[in-house]
Amino acid sequence: MLNRTLLAVFCGILFGAGLAISDMINPARVLAFLDVAGAWDPTLAFVIGGALIPSAAAYLIKNRMETPILEKRFHVPTNRTIDTPLIAGAVIFGLGWGLVGLCPGPAVAALVTLKWQAIVFVIAMIVGMAAYRYLPQAGAKVTA
Amino acid sequence: MMTELHFLWPLAGGLLIGLSAALYLLYAGRIAGISGLAATVVGLANGGSWSPGRTQALGFLLGSVLGAGLAIAFIREPQIIITSSLGLLVAGGLLVGFGTRLGSGCTSGHGVCGLARLSPRSIAATLTFMVVAALTVFTVRHLLQGIV
Repeated sequence: MLNRTLLAVFCGILFGAGLAISDMINPARVLAFLDVAGAWDPTLAFVIGGALIPSAAAYLIKNRMETPILEKRFHVPTNRTIDTPLIAGAVIFGLGWGLVGLCPGPAVAALVTLKWQAIVFVIAMIVGMAAYRYLPQAGAKVTA
Repeated sequence: MMTELHFLWPLAGGLLIGLSAALYLLYAGRIAGISGLAATVVGLANGGSWSPGRTQALGFLLGSVLGAGLAIAFIREPQIIITSSLGLLVAGGLLVGFGTRLGSGCTSGHGVCGLARLSPRSIAATLTFMVVAALTVFTVRHLLQGIV
């Protein structure tokens, strides 16, 4: 239990540090990537490209493992069906992301700056998650 | 104005994010998806009761705040420019929270972890939210310029 918690904190530290040094906690940088008709900024492409290298390597290693090191089994989604909730959710998320330039990871990491904008955004994000959870139809099929 | 950023910074940052996702997968067997972790922390994922998974999710998120703080203090101070109004921040936050739950993930879960394992769902979701976000920026910055 302690090992798992320490591992999660350690992974979180790497994650947050990565977001900060790559400028992803700066919404202006993210919006400049999304603004293909403006002064386009490729930063986000380097971040995703860089992240995919170790992440993809890990999935190759995982395929040769029976279980994760600290757990009894892997919790990786096996669903491969592209359905309406997936696409509708991605559309709604994309709209919010494009409006402000913050997605969940950078929004949480940006809390360290104590900027009121980050705090407001994270609170609204949690309210949005609660709306999904408690709206009967949308929340009927809760996925982790 | 925003300064230029040498590409080695985002490359290094991306490698750290990917390393984080890799270790979380191989040690904890889980996807480092921040929207899912955030929903778990506030008890909006599956059950409401406190579970070991919830402690772990809280550890990850607090770690990410700490990691960002350490990087800002000791490695590189990023510019943080947020021009959105209060209303826009609230609207954006609500949409991001609702959308990532309905769509089962965000930039980290679908973008970094899902693309890495070539999940068809994550590829479809990532393409969708990237295109919609770009269209949103285009609409706000170029079509509605001066109106909103």
